[in-house]
Amino acid sequence: MSAVATRVGAVTDVDTPLPSRRLRPIRRRTFVLSVLAYGIALLFLLPYLEMIVTALRPHDQLLAANLLPTHFSFSNFTTIWSTGFGGNLLESLAIAGGATGVVLLVALPAAYYSARHRFRGRSLFLLLVLATQMLQPAAMLVGIQREFSNFGLPATLSLILVNAGFNLAFAVWILNAYISSIPVELEEAAMIDGTSRVGALARVTVPLAAPGIVTALIFTFIAAWNEFIVALTLSLGLPTNHQPLTVAINNYIGEYSVDWGHLFAGAVIATIPVIVLFAVIEGRVVGGLTAGSIK
Amino acid sequence: MQSLRPLLWIGPAIALIAVVVLWPVVVLVHASFQNIASDGFVVGGAGFTNYNDLWHEPALRGVVVRTVIWVVAVVVVTLLVSLALAQLFNQRLPFRRLARTALIAPWAASVMMTALIFRWALDPYSGAVNIILHALGLVKMGSNTADWLGRPTWALIWMIGVAIFVSLPFTTYALLAGLQSIPDDVYEAARVDGSGTWRTYRLITLPLLRPAILVATTINVINVFNSFPIIWEMTRGGPGYETSTTTTFMFILKQAFIGESAAMSVVNFLLVILVVLLFLRATRWREQVTR
Repeated sequence: MSAVATRVGAVTDVDTPLPSRRLRPIRRRTFVLSVLAYGIALLFLLPYLEMIVTALRPHDQLLAANLLPTHFSFSNFTTIWSTGFGGNLLESLAIAGGATGVVLLVALPAAYYSARHRFRGRSLFLLLVLATQMLQPAAMLVGIQREFSNFGLPATLSLILVNAGFNLAFAVWILNAYISSIPVELEEAAMIDGTSRVGALARVTVPLAAPGIVTALIFTFIAAWNEFIVALTLSLGLPTNHQPLTVAINNYIGEYSVDWGHLFAGAVIATIPVIVLFAVIEGRVVGGLTAGSIK
Repeated sequence: MQSLRPLLWIGPAIALIAVVVLWPVVVLVHASFQNIASDGFVVGGAGFTNYNDLWHEPALRGVVVRTVIWVVAVVVVTLLVSLALAQLFNQRLPFRRLARTALIAPWAASVMMTALIFRWALDPYSGAVNIILHALGLVKMGSNTADWLGRPTWALIWMIGVAIFVSLPFTTYALLAGLQSIPDDVYEAARVDGSGTWRTYRLITLPLLRPAILVATTINVINVFNSFPIIWEMTRGGPGYETSTTTTFMFILKQAFIGESAAMSVVNFLLVILVVLLFLRATRWREQVTR
């Protein structure tokens, strides 16, 4: 509330020395809409500010009934490493990084070929990819758990494969759209100059499709980093300091008490980089999520 | 040989989908017809026993009713709020991109962490939500009224709120993309005709937004139906099964009754497919009637 009030004050202060009568009505409308929009934007950030504040609460003020503690303490961020959180961070990096690598290797050739060639089974293939976007691991969790325990693969590798498989659709669709928009003549020109098809792909198509590739990679990384239900199921057998982040954070919830300080310190470490990364691709994500369904 | 060439390029993608997405469905359906001990050991075939057990589960009725309420409430309210937000964030505002970017936080953060923040903020003794409501004179700290998550109805309402909160960014962005695809001269023509703001919105904007609404709603229905982290982190589906949906119910069953959990999964799976087909068909049917 007070944030809105100060903003109102600040803007009217700026308003007074500029008495331009003709612009008045327009500016008032913009002003009201801006206050509303920034107020709502702040509302969306509030829970994450609360997360940071809680992580920074001194231990003896954790359960105090006040919105802000009397002072901040970084002790949760220094002591969390002794709970094995470093190993959890590495595990999530391995899973998210691995899944991203697999998606790139698998989606790029598929998206390239289906954008450039009309072959038998092409629409069937694209339909299959679209169908996987409609399916979620939660709906077939028992199947995933039984299949991967039969395979006897290490949990990390299983999680890499599952995350790659369920995020493949997004990557294929967005790369397909980007590659389709690159004129095929550019590749042909490179091939006339003596470059092979793979060379033309690497030197012409990939750089031009770079925004799409970056979007696909960041999106896959974040999805795998944030994934919870499969991680919770497949990493059961791992030692706690080798479980992925989301499972580790869930582990701070004990049977009788919750270690909120470390829980939110971990949540801050896990969340802030991801929000920043997402902001990079923000404008292009919707296209990838809805492209398949609109065509 | 020539006809095998595409396989070189799309083969790996098909293989990955087959192993990770398609085969688990086969395993799942198979498991639903087996008698499986809680340690995962297969005792033998079970015929329709798992489905029969599931059908006679006393909690099932409540779980199904709650799932319908959960999906309908979250998807409908998300759509209505997103329509308003998209309209607002499509206006010319100073630093509009900055304001829009703030919206993505709940989309980028892991849903389980957002759910934990709300669980913490609803704590009856020190939660921020209760501190504010206490200051407004609406609840008394530490009392039964402040224990939102301990009362099933209120817990469900708050969890629906959290689910809406995390669904808004994607939906708003999808509708914003839809709004931006409407050419300006359409509005120009409406203005020349003297059409008012609300009339223009109802007769021009909404119909042209239909593809975006359709896609966003379909994706939301699937996401919300399969949503697990919000309920799991805020109430674990309890007390009893009183705040469970079919997805969390399946997860709880999985810990002891794997076959029955598989049966629940198969039902969930069929429901998702049915809902998607019905939704797509209903909207196409409407298109044909109105055109």
